[in-house]
Amino acid sequence: MKQMNLLQAVNQALHLAMERDDGVLCFGEDVGHFGGVFRATSGLQDKFGEARCFNTPLTEQGIAGFANGLAAKGLKPVAEIQFADYIFPAFDQLVNETAKFRYRSGNEFNVGGLVVRAPYGGGIAGGHYHSQSPEAYFVHTPGLRVVIPRGPVQAKGLLLAAIDCPDPVIFFEPKRLYRAAVAEVDEGYYQLPLDRAEIVRKGRDITLLGWGAQLEYLLKAADMAEKEGISCEVIDLQSLLPWDEETVVNSVLKTGRLLISHEAPLTGGVGAEIAATVQERCFLYLESPVARVCGPDTPFPLALEKHYMPDEHKIFDALEATIHF
Amino acid sequence: MTNPNNATISLMHRVRFVDGHGLTIPTFRLLKDDGQLYAGASAPDIGKEQALAMYHSMVATRLLDERMLAAQRQGRISFYLQSLGEEAQAVASAAALAPQDMIMAQYREQGALLHRGFTLEQFMNQLFSNERDLGKGRQMPVHYGSRELNVMTISSPLATQIPQATGFAYGQRLAGEEAVTLCYFGEGAASEGDFHAGVNMAAVLKTPVIFFCRNNGYAISTPASEQFVGDGIASRAVGYGIRTLRVDGADALAVYEATLQARQLMLKESQPVLIEAMSYRLGAHSSSDDPSGYRSKAEEERWRKRDPIGRYRRWLQHQGWLSEDEDRRQQDALRRHILEAMKQAEQVPKPPLDSLIEDVYGEPPAHLQRQLKQLKASANKRGGAQ
Repeated sequence: MKQMNLLQAVNQALHLAMERDDGVLCFGEDVGHFGGVFRATSGLQDKFGEARCFNTPLTEQGIAGFANGLAAKGLKPVAEIQFADYIFPAFDQLVNETAKFRYRSGNEFNVGGLVVRAPYGGGIAGGHYHSQSPEAYFVHTPGLRVVIPRGPVQAKGLLLAAIDCPDPVIFFEPKRLYRAAVAEVDEGYYQLPLDRAEIVRKGRDITLLGWGAQLEYLLKAADMAEKEGISCEVIDLQSLLPWDEETVVNSVLKTGRLLISHEAPLTGGVGAEIAATVQERCFLYLESPVARVCGPDTPFPLALEKHYMPDEHKIFDALEATIHF
Repeated sequence: MTNPNNATISLMHRVRFVDGHGLTIPTFRLLKDDGQLYAGASAPDIGKEQALAMYHSMVATRLLDERMLAAQRQGRISFYLQSLGEEAQAVASAAALAPQDMIMAQYREQGALLHRGFTLEQFMNQLFSNERDLGKGRQMPVHYGSRELNVMTISSPLATQIPQATGFAYGQRLAGEEAVTLCYFGEGAASEGDFHAGVNMAAVLKTPVIFFCRNNGYAISTPASEQFVGDGIASRAVGYGIRTLRVDGADALAVYEATLQARQLMLKESQPVLIEAMSYRLGAHSSSDDPSGYRSKAEEERWRKRDPIGRYRRWLQHQGWLSEDEDRRQQDALRRHILEAMKQAEQVPKPPLDSLIEDVYGEPPAHLQRQLKQLKASANKRGGAQ
């Protein structure tokens, strides 16, 4: 075990994956010798050579298309998009090509080896284009897996599972936590299961659900609630597509209340999908409406970022209202 | 001298813009319309057997297209897309490849598949989307593909295969394979951002891919004059710093020779080549299009006289390799085979309902299994799952 932050955990996962399998390649903008603008790919080129870790020209659609081609050849590309905000030029390649590759060919071809990594999320004064959380766009796309870790242990285990997974994975990393989240991490190779949520804290009165950087706020709100005598069950969804309905539904059947929180805007967010499923499967057990604490339906602001973020105070307020409904 | 931004610097002290048409690229052609070689031209090193096989694939492509466009008109299949006038470029370029080379097509290259060995039965199974279709009946007609033949499954979004070809070829080079990737696309698709992305990445990353552009003058109703003002597509390769060649796409021998040399070159040097084949889309864009609304019959007639199959047939006849009788006999046999394959494929059942959720992922996840169960329950209520 070793203390490391989320970035170091990602970096170690990439080192281990490349050691384990010659087919794993890391590329993207500034990923090569420099090691990435966040240093997630640090040391890879020195260790594994320019053929397996390299810079690409500055073209996101090119990076995604290139990765599709490599994966179709049977390799395991781990492509980096510098910020999740810039994944949209690659949207066509990911939605029309990556996601449908196996299905449309009748399994003649597939791009299951593909992983696209991208730092996501706000809280770092990133304004419109260094703060977005675009997971909902991808969750609406059959054929993709969407995974978001909350800390170093999860980042390493889930990324290694994503690289090994026979399906293409979009892997969003909470950049607010890159250096802020530190934990004891197993230095060996290990995987954490995809499409499984994790109950981070057991509770009785309400289920709090989120993913990625939002877990930090959810846990703080749960602490605040505890002082008021409210027992919260906190769940990290981890995999957003496919998502672990059973764990969430079982928790809500027990607590009778659900609060979902994500940083992305409310309308059309992943929270809506979960709320609809839970009301369908837990209708007779719900004691209050499902609450959603999300970003407002605006572009991500700079000066008013603090007001935009669905932080522990907003979560606590909504939690209280739900309990006292 | 090369500076850090890769531009070769030579100085001047007056403003002199470089003209957009400062570069004109000639067209490589070997055969005249009468099937004779140009003076000074020499035929590629191609034996009788290979030459006749190419001819057979071109003719089969045309007869298949004729029959299946008619089948679409009769309402037997939902959609069709001919390659009339472009048979030579697809067949001759594919003929110059080795079987281990990957082909990534746009959708108007059925001749390449045919020449690779995709059988008439396989064409029909895809066109009728029956349960024997390799693609399990999921895509529109003409979206063929075969792992066994190294032909990547076709998709509708234009130009997406271009950066994919770059990635695939990178993988071939990394594995040390003696293989290249050939990527077909039309001159319209070359206006997509993916063209720029794919060709530039191939140049920078030195991947062995042949970008084969079919410049047939039209993207549906849009003439090439509304697509770009530069010297076609070939001139763009110069800007990317890679080799390029313009070839007469209706000259099977020229296309064959051009592709052969491009392949040899990139196996030696591992860098991409762009080939622009000049031709004319003689048919409609697809069964959903009527070209009389945007171009003249006179223009079509001019090109009909320059038919690539006729030109190549005359060359074969000059060689003494093909008699008119033999030609007729083969075409009759092909017609019968096509008709037979069509009637057979028409009778094969559609894929089973269970296959709806297969291959979305490696294994169908729980939510898809639940959704399938619901669909089946609903279908059974109304008299069976088919």
